[in-house]
Amino acid sequence: MTPDDFDFISKLVNERSGLVLTPDKAYLLESRLMPVARKRGMKGLEELISAIRLRSEEDVIRDVTEAMTTNESFFFRDIKPFDIFREHTLPELLEACAGKKSFRVWCAAASSGQEPYSLAMVIKELGSQLDGWRYEIVGTDISTEILDKAKAGTYSQFEVQRGLPVQLLMKYFEKADDQWRISEDLRKMVQYKEFNLLEDPKALGTFDVVFCRNVLIYFDQPTKGQVLERMSALMPSHGKLFLGGAETVLGVTDKFKPISGQRGVYGVADATDAKPAPAPAAAGAQAAAS
Amino acid sequence: MKSCLIVDDSKVIRMVARKILQDLEFETVEAADGSEALDACKSQMPDAVLLDWNMPVMDGLEFLKEMRKLPGGEAPIVVFCTTENDLDHIQVAIEAGANEYIMKPFDSEIIQTKFAQAGLL
Repeated sequence: MTPDDFDFISKLVNERSGLVLTPDKAYLLESRLMPVARKRGMKGLEELISAIRLRSEEDVIRDVTEAMTTNESFFFRDIKPFDIFREHTLPELLEACAGKKSFRVWCAAASSGQEPYSLAMVIKELGSQLDGWRYEIVGTDISTEILDKAKAGTYSQFEVQRGLPVQLLMKYFEKADDQWRISEDLRKMVQYKEFNLLEDPKALGTFDVVFCRNVLIYFDQPTKGQVLERMSALMPSHGKLFLGGAETVLGVTDKFKPISGQRGVYGVADATDAKPAPAPAAAGAQAAAS
Repeated sequence: MKSCLIVDDSKVIRMVARKILQDLEFETVEAADGSEALDACKSQMPDAVLLDWNMPVMDGLEFLKEMRKLPGGEAPIVVFCTTENDLDHIQVAIEAGANEYIMKPFDSEIIQTKFAQAGLL
Protein backbone atom coordinates (compact mmCIF):
# COMPACT_ATOMS: atom_id res chain seq x y z
CA MET A 1 0.00 0.00 0.00
CA THR A 2 1.37 3.44 -0.93
CA PRO A 3 1.63 6.19 1.72
CA ASP A 4 -0.93 8.09 -0.30
CA ASP A 5 -3.41 5.18 -0.13
CA PHE A 6 -2.80 4.89 3.59
CA ASP A 7 -3.54 8.59 4.13
CA PHE A 8 -6.68 8.31 2.05
CA ILE A 9 -8.07 5.34 4.00
CA SER A 10 -7.10 6.66 7.43
CA LYS A 11 -8.77 10.00 6.67
CA LEU A 12 -11.89 8.24 5.46
CA VAL A 13 -12.10 5.97 8.53
CA ASN A 14 -11.48 8.94 10.81
CA GLU A 15 -14.31 10.94 9.23
CA ARG A 16 -16.69 8.01 9.53
CA SER A 17 -15.85 6.76 13.02
CA GLY A 18 -13.46 9.09 14.81
CA LEU A 19 -10.86 6.32 14.89
CA VAL A 20 -7.31 7.61 14.55
CA LEU A 21 -4.91 5.48 12.49
CA THR A 22 -1.24 6.40 12.85
CA PRO A 23 1.27 5.27 10.18
CA ASP A 24 2.60 2.51 12.46
CA LYS A 25 -0.82 0.88 11.97
CA ALA A 26 -0.28 0.29 8.25
CA TYR A 27 0.08 -3.46 8.86
CA LEU A 28 -3.27 -3.46 10.68
CA LEU A 29 -4.94 -1.69 7.80
CA GLU A 30 -3.67 -4.29 5.35
CA SER A 31 -4.55 -7.26 7.51
CA ARG A 32 -8.06 -5.94 8.18
CA LEU A 33 -8.87 -4.84 4.64
CA MET A 34 -7.62 -7.88 2.74
CA PRO A 35 -10.60 -9.97 3.93
CA VAL A 36 -12.96 -7.16 2.84
CA ALA A 37 -11.38 -7.18 -0.62
CA ARG A 38 -11.48 -10.98 -0.84
CA LYS A 39 -15.12 -11.12 0.22
CA ARG A 40 -15.96 -8.89 -2.72
CA GLY A 41 -13.96 -11.01 -5.13
CA MET A 42 -11.37 -8.27 -5.57
CA LYS A 43 -7.77 -9.14 -6.27
CA GLY A 44 -6.22 -6.89 -3.67
CA LEU A 45 -6.22 -3.64 -1.81
CA GLU A 46 -5.58 -1.57 -4.96
CA GLU A 47 -8.89 -2.66 -6.38
CA LEU A 48 -10.65 -2.02 -3.08
CA ILE A 49 -9.19 1.44 -2.74
CA SER A 50 -9.98 2.44 -6.29
CA ALA A 51 -13.58 1.30 -5.78
CA ILE A 52 -13.80 3.95 -3.10
CA ARG A 53 -11.63 6.58 -4.77
CA LEU A 54 -13.21 6.44 -8.21
CA ARG A 55 -16.75 5.38 -7.46
CA SER A 56 -17.30 6.25 -3.77
CA GLU A 57 -19.11 2.94 -3.33
CA GLU A 58 -21.01 3.42 -0.08
CA ASP A 59 -21.24 -0.25 0.93
CA VAL A 60 -17.51 -0.69 0.42
CA ILE A 61 -16.84 2.36 2.59
CA ARG A 62 -19.10 0.94 5.29
CA ASP A 63 -17.36 -2.44 5.24
CA VAL A 64 -13.96 -0.79 5.44
CA THR A 65 -15.00 1.39 8.39
CA GLU A 66 -16.51 -1.60 10.17
CA ALA A 67 -13.42 -3.72 9.61
CA MET A 68 -11.20 -1.00 11.03
CA THR A 69 -13.33 -0.14 14.07
CA THR A 70 -13.83 -3.70 15.29
CA ASN A 71 -12.12 -3.72 18.64
CA GLU A 72 -8.70 -5.16 18.46
CA SER A 73 -8.42 -7.58 21.32
CA PHE A 74 -5.35 -7.86 23.52
CA PHE A 75 -4.25 -10.60 25.85
CA PHE A 76 -4.57 -9.34 29.44
CA ARG A 77 -6.06 -6.11 28.15
CA ASP A 78 -5.64 -3.34 30.76
CA ILE A 79 -3.76 -5.82 33.05
CA LYS A 80 -5.52 -4.64 36.23
CA PRO A 81 -8.80 -6.60 35.87
CA PHE A 82 -6.79 -9.81 35.49
CA ASP A 83 -4.73 -8.97 38.59
CA ILE A 84 -7.97 -8.45 40.53
CA PHE A 85 -9.37 -11.70 39.11
CA ARG A 86 -6.23 -13.56 40.23
CA GLU A 87 -5.79 -11.93 43.63
CA HIS A 88 -9.38 -11.40 44.81
CA THR A 89 -12.03 -12.98 42.63
CA LEU A 90 -10.56 -16.48 42.27
CA PRO A 91 -9.66 -17.01 45.97
CA GLU A 92 -13.16 -15.80 46.97
CA LEU A 93 -14.68 -18.04 44.34
CA LEU A 94 -12.81 -21.11 45.56
CA GLU A 95 -14.18 -20.43 49.02
CA ALA A 96 -17.75 -19.69 47.94
CA CYS A 97 -17.88 -22.74 45.66
CA ALA A 98 -15.94 -25.12 47.92
CA GLY A 99 -19.07 -27.24 48.40
CA LYS A 100 -19.84 -28.01 44.79
CA LYS A 101 -16.22 -27.64 43.60
CA SER A 102 -17.19 -26.07 40.34
CA PHE A 103 -17.50 -22.62 38.81
CA ARG A 104 -18.33 -21.01 35.50
CA VAL A 105 -17.04 -17.83 33.88
CA TRP A 106 -18.71 -15.97 31.00
CA CYS A 107 -16.84 -13.74 28.58
CA ALA A 108 -19.71 -11.84 27.01
CA ALA A 109 -17.67 -10.23 24.23
CA ALA A 110 -15.14 -12.95 23.55
CA SER A 111 -14.12 -11.59 20.14
CA SER A 112 -11.08 -13.46 18.84
CA GLY A 113 -10.53 -15.22 22.15
CA GLN A 114 -7.79 -13.23 23.87
CA GLU A 115 -9.86 -12.46 26.95
CA PRO A 116 -11.20 -15.97 27.62
CA TYR A 117 -7.74 -17.46 27.01
CA SER A 118 -6.16 -14.88 29.34
CA LEU A 119 -8.60 -15.97 32.05
CA ALA A 120 -7.89 -19.61 31.23
CA MET A 121 -4.17 -18.97 31.79
CA VAL A 122 -4.80 -17.23 35.13
CA ILE A 123 -6.96 -20.17 36.25
CA LYS A 124 -4.45 -22.74 34.95
CA GLU A 125 -1.67 -21.04 36.92
CA LEU A 126 -3.46 -22.07 40.14
CA GLY A 127 -2.13 -25.56 39.40
CA SER A 128 -2.90 -28.24 41.96
CA GLN A 129 -5.25 -25.95 43.91
CA LEU A 130 -7.83 -26.87 41.32
CA ASP A 131 -7.41 -30.63 41.57
CA GLY A 132 -10.87 -32.16 41.73
CA TRP A 133 -12.57 -28.98 40.51
CA ARG A 134 -14.72 -28.59 37.44
CA TYR A 135 -14.65 -25.25 35.74
CA GLU A 136 -15.71 -23.79 32.45
CA ILE A 137 -15.25 -20.56 30.56
CA VAL A 138 -17.97 -19.70 28.07
CA GLY A 139 -17.01 -17.19 25.40
CA THR A 140 -19.81 -15.60 23.39
CA ASP A 141 -19.83 -13.12 20.55
CA ILE A 142 -22.30 -11.92 17.98
CA SER A 143 -19.95 -12.76 15.10
CA THR A 144 -19.48 -16.41 14.11
CA GLU A 145 -16.53 -15.41 11.97
CA ILE A 146 -14.59 -14.01 14.91
CA LEU A 147 -15.56 -17.02 17.04
CA ASP A 148 -14.03 -19.35 14.44
CA LYS A 149 -10.76 -17.53 14.98
CA ALA A 150 -11.19 -17.78 18.74
CA LYS A 151 -11.82 -21.53 18.50
CA ALA A 152 -8.76 -22.06 16.35
CA GLY A 153 -6.70 -20.26 19.00
CA THR A 154 -4.16 -19.25 16.38
CA TYR A 155 -2.61 -15.80 16.53
CA SER A 156 -0.17 -13.73 14.54
CA GLN A 157 3.19 -12.65 15.92
CA PHE A 158 1.72 -9.18 16.48
CA GLU A 159 -1.23 -10.52 18.43
CA VAL A 160 0.77 -12.71 20.81
CA GLN A 161 2.93 -9.75 21.70
CA ARG A 162 0.10 -7.49 22.79
CA GLY A 163 -0.09 -7.88 26.53
CA LEU A 164 0.99 -11.51 26.75
CA PRO A 165 3.98 -11.94 29.06
CA VAL A 166 6.72 -13.93 27.35
CA GLN A 167 6.74 -16.55 30.13
CA LEU A 168 3.11 -17.38 29.32
CA LEU A 169 3.88 -17.45 25.60
CA MET A 170 6.61 -20.01 26.28
CA LYS A 171 4.40 -22.06 28.52
CA TYR A 172 1.10 -22.13 26.66
CA PHE A 173 1.83 -21.55 22.97
CA GLU A 174 3.50 -23.43 20.17
CA LYS A 175 4.75 -22.02 16.95
CA ALA A 176 3.16 -23.19 13.71
CA ASP A 177 4.83 -21.57 10.71
CA ASP A 178 4.34 -17.82 11.14
CA GLN A 179 1.51 -18.27 13.63
CA TRP A 180 1.31 -19.08 17.32
CA ARG A 181 -1.20 -21.62 18.54
CA ILE A 182 -2.50 -21.82 22.10
CA SER A 183 -2.17 -25.25 23.71
CA GLU A 184 -4.98 -27.76 23.41
CA ASP A 185 -5.28 -27.83 27.18
CA LEU A 186 -6.31 -24.19 27.23
CA ARG A 187 -8.47 -24.44 24.14
CA LYS A 188 -10.46 -27.16 25.88
CA MET A 189 -11.13 -24.89 28.86
CA VAL A 190 -13.18 -22.47 26.75
CA GLN A 191 -16.48 -23.18 25.06
CA TYR A 192 -17.53 -20.72 22.35
CA LYS A 193 -21.12 -19.91 21.47
CA GLU A 194 -22.70 -17.40 19.16
CA PHE A 195 -24.85 -15.05 21.21
CA ASN A 196 -26.31 -11.57 20.81
CA LEU A 197 -26.32 -9.59 24.06
CA LEU A 198 -29.66 -8.09 23.13
CA GLU A 199 -31.23 -11.53 23.58
CA ASP A 200 -32.08 -13.34 26.81
CA PRO A 201 -29.01 -15.27 28.03
CA LYS A 202 -30.99 -17.72 30.21
CA ALA A 203 -30.10 -20.71 28.03
CA LEU A 204 -26.39 -20.17 28.73
CA GLY A 205 -26.80 -21.29 32.34
CA THR A 206 -25.53 -19.64 35.51
CA PHE A 207 -22.22 -17.85 35.99
CA ASP A 208 -20.09 -17.05 39.02
CA VAL A 209 -18.08 -14.44 37.11
CA VAL A 210 -19.01 -12.38 34.07
CA PHE A 211 -16.56 -10.38 31.97
CA CYS A 212 -18.47 -7.87 29.88
CA ARG A 213 -15.85 -5.31 28.99
CA ASN A 214 -15.95 -2.56 26.40
CA VAL A 215 -19.21 -3.66 24.83
CA LEU A 216 -21.89 -1.79 26.81
CA ILE A 217 -20.42 1.49 25.53
CA TYR A 218 -22.02 0.73 22.17
CA PHE A 219 -25.54 0.50 23.69
CA ASP A 220 -27.96 3.20 24.80
CA GLN A 221 -28.89 3.58 28.46
CA PRO A 222 -32.10 1.45 28.57
CA THR A 223 -30.38 -1.37 26.65
CA LYS A 224 -27.41 -1.30 29.03
CA GLY A 225 -29.84 -1.63 31.93
CA GLN A 226 -31.66 -4.53 30.34
CA VAL A 227 -28.46 -6.42 29.48
CA LEU A 228 -27.12 -6.02 33.02
CA GLU A 229 -30.39 -7.04 34.64
CA ARG A 230 -30.56 -10.23 32.61
CA MET A 231 -26.97 -10.99 33.56
CA SER A 232 -27.66 -10.47 37.26
CA ALA A 233 -30.46 -13.05 37.02
CA LEU A 234 -27.87 -15.68 36.04
CA MET A 235 -25.51 -14.93 38.92
CA PRO A 236 -25.46 -16.22 42.52
CA SER A 237 -25.05 -13.77 45.42
CA HIS A 238 -21.24 -14.15 45.36
CA GLY A 239 -21.18 -13.38 41.61
CA LYS A 240 -18.79 -10.78 40.21
CA LEU A 241 -19.18 -8.63 37.12
CA PHE A 242 -16.21 -7.04 35.33
CA LEU A 243 -16.86 -4.00 33.14
CA GLY A 244 -14.53 -1.95 30.94
CA GLY A 245 -12.65 1.10 32.16
CA ALA A 246 -15.18 3.56 30.70
CA GLU A 247 -18.26 1.66 31.90
CA THR A 248 -20.24 1.64 35.15
CA VAL A 249 -23.48 0.30 36.64
CA LEU A 250 -24.13 3.59 38.45
CA GLY A 251 -27.26 5.20 37.10
CA VAL A 252 -27.86 2.18 34.84
CA THR A 253 -29.09 -0.57 37.16
CA ASP A 254 -29.35 -1.27 40.90
CA LYS A 255 -28.80 -5.02 40.40
CA PHE A 256 -25.03 -4.58 40.85
CA LYS A 257 -22.96 -2.58 43.32
CA PRO A 258 -19.36 -1.38 42.99
CA ILE A 259 -16.77 -3.20 45.08
CA SER A 260 -14.51 -0.75 46.86
CA GLY A 261 -10.85 -1.06 46.02
CA GLN A 262 -11.59 -3.12 42.89
CA ARG A 263 -12.11 -0.73 40.01
CA GLY A 264 -14.43 -1.99 37.31
CA VAL A 265 -15.68 -4.93 39.42
CA TYR A 266 -19.25 -5.16 40.66
CA GLY A 267 -20.98 -7.50 43.07
CA VAL A 268 -24.55 -8.73 42.83
CA ALA A 269 -26.75 -6.43 44.92
CA ASP A 270 -28.98 -8.08 47.52
CA ALA A 271 -32.44 -6.91 48.59
CA THR A 272 -31.10 -4.37 51.10
CA ASP A 273 -28.95 -2.77 48.40
CA ALA A 274 -31.98 -2.23 46.21
CA LYS A 275 -33.24 0.59 48.46
CA PRO A 276 -32.57 4.05 47.02
CA ALA A 277 -28.96 4.84 47.79
CA PRO A 278 -27.86 8.26 49.05
CA ALA A 279 -26.87 10.56 46.21
CA PRO A 280 -23.36 9.69 45.01
CA ALA A 281 -20.78 12.34 45.77
CA ALA A 282 -19.03 12.36 42.42
CA ALA A 283 -20.42 14.85 39.93
CA GLY A 284 -19.96 12.39 37.08
CA ALA A 285 -21.96 9.70 38.82
CA GLN A 286 -24.77 12.16 39.51
CA ALA A 287 -24.86 13.18 35.90
CA ALA A 288 -25.02 9.54 34.86
CA ALA A 289 -27.83 8.85 37.30
CA SER A 290 -29.99 11.78 36.22
CA MET B 1 12.07 9.91 34.78
CA LYS B 2 13.15 6.33 34.03
CA SER B 3 16.02 5.69 31.66
CA CYS B 4 16.21 3.19 28.83
CA LEU B 5 19.32 2.12 26.95
CA ILE B 6 18.50 1.29 23.33
CA VAL B 7 20.95 -1.18 21.81
CA ASP B 8 20.67 -1.87 18.08
CA ASP B 9 23.08 -1.68 15.17
CA SER B 10 20.38 -0.18 12.97
CA LYS B 11 20.16 3.59 13.23
CA VAL B 12 16.59 3.48 11.92
CA ILE B 13 15.44 1.02 14.58
CA ARG B 14 17.12 3.10 17.29
CA MET B 15 15.32 6.17 16.03
CA VAL B 16 11.90 4.47 15.96
CA ALA B 17 12.46 3.00 19.42
CA ARG B 18 13.68 6.34 20.77
CA LYS B 19 10.55 8.10 19.56
CA ILE B 20 8.26 5.47 21.13
CA LEU B 21 10.15 5.41 24.43
CA GLN B 22 10.28 9.19 24.69
CA ASP B 23 6.52 9.25 24.23
CA LEU B 24 6.36 6.83 27.18
CA GLU B 25 8.48 9.38 29.09
CA PHE B 26 11.74 7.53 29.16
CA GLU B 27 15.09 9.24 29.04
CA THR B 28 16.99 7.38 26.32
CA VAL B 29 20.63 6.49 25.68
CA GLU B 30 21.73 4.65 22.53
CA ALA B 31 24.43 2.13 21.67
CA ALA B 32 25.19 0.49 18.32
CA ASP B 33 26.55 -2.80 19.70
CA GLY B 34 26.98 -4.77 22.92
CA SER B 35 30.39 -3.37 23.68
CA GLU B 36 29.22 0.25 23.44
CA ALA B 37 26.22 -0.70 25.55
CA LEU B 38 28.47 -2.22 28.22
CA ASP B 39 30.45 1.04 28.38
CA ALA B 40 27.20 2.98 28.77
CA CYS B 41 26.16 0.69 31.64
CA LYS B 42 29.52 1.14 33.35
CA SER B 43 29.12 4.90 33.34
CA GLN B 44 25.45 4.76 34.37
CA MET B 45 23.20 1.76 34.89
CA PRO B 46 19.84 2.32 33.10
CA ASP B 47 16.42 1.27 34.46
CA ALA B 48 15.64 -0.62 31.25
CA VAL B 49 17.49 -2.01 28.23
CA LEU B 50 15.86 -2.59 24.84
CA LEU B 51 18.24 -5.08 23.31
CA ASP B 52 18.85 -6.36 19.79
CA TRP B 53 20.40 -9.82 19.44
CA ASN B 54 22.51 -9.88 16.28
CA MET B 55 25.05 -7.07 16.24
CA PRO B 56 28.70 -6.70 15.24
CA VAL B 57 31.53 -6.54 17.84
CA MET B 58 29.44 -7.93 20.72
CA ASP B 59 25.97 -9.45 20.34
CA GLY B 60 23.03 -8.88 22.64
CA LEU B 61 23.23 -12.19 24.47
CA GLU B 62 26.89 -11.73 25.34
CA PHE B 63 26.22 -8.15 26.46
CA LEU B 64 23.38 -9.35 28.69
CA LYS B 65 25.58 -11.94 30.42
CA GLU B 66 28.39 -9.37 30.91
CA MET B 67 26.04 -6.66 32.15
CA ARG B 68 24.46 -8.96 34.75
CA LYS B 69 27.95 -9.46 36.22
CA LEU B 70 28.56 -5.73 36.69
CA PRO B 71 27.94 -4.04 40.06
CA GLY B 72 24.24 -3.10 39.98
CA GLY B 73 23.87 -5.08 36.77
CA GLU B 74 21.12 -7.30 38.13
CA ALA B 75 18.76 -4.31 38.40
CA PRO B 76 17.88 -3.23 34.84
CA ILE B 77 14.82 -4.75 33.21
CA VAL B 78 16.05 -6.19 29.92
CA VAL B 79 13.69 -6.50 26.98
CA PHE B 80 15.09 -8.34 23.97
CA CYS B 81 13.96 -6.90 20.65
CA THR B 82 15.05 -9.10 17.76
CA THR B 83 14.07 -10.81 14.52
CA GLU B 84 14.82 -14.17 16.17
CA ASN B 85 11.27 -15.44 16.65
CA ASP B 86 11.36 -19.07 17.71
CA LEU B 87 10.86 -20.58 21.15
CA ASP B 88 14.46 -21.82 21.35
CA HIS B 89 15.87 -18.31 21.12
CA ILE B 90 13.29 -16.98 23.57
CA GLN B 91 14.24 -19.72 26.03
CA VAL B 92 17.97 -18.94 25.73
CA ALA B 93 17.33 -15.21 26.26
CA ILE B 94 15.16 -15.69 29.34
CA GLU B 95 17.62 -18.17 30.85
CA ALA B 96 20.42 -15.65 30.31
CA GLY B 97 18.50 -13.13 32.40
CA ALA B 98 16.20 -11.24 29.99
CA ASN B 99 12.89 -10.11 31.51
CA GLU B 100 10.83 -9.77 28.36
CA TYR B 101 11.10 -10.52 24.68
CA ILE B 102 9.87 -8.64 21.61
CA MET B 103 9.90 -10.18 18.14
CA LYS B 104 10.46 -7.69 15.33
CA PRO B 105 8.71 -6.00 13.67
CA PHE B 106 7.24 -4.08 16.59
CA ASP B 107 5.03 -1.05 17.00
CA SER B 108 4.37 1.38 19.84
CA GLU B 109 1.62 -0.80 21.31
CA ILE B 110 3.87 -3.83 21.57
CA ILE B 111 6.57 -1.83 23.33
CA GLN B 112 3.99 -0.25 25.59
CA THR B 113 2.25 -3.50 26.60
CA LYS B 114 5.54 -5.36 27.03
CA PHE B 115 7.02 -2.58 29.16
CA ALA B 116 3.83 -2.48 31.22
CA GLN B 117 3.99 -6.27 31.75
CA ALA B 118 7.62 -5.94 32.82
CA GLY B 119 6.59 -3.36 35.43
CA LEU B 120 8.28 -0.41 33.74
CA LEU B 121 5.16 1.73 33.23
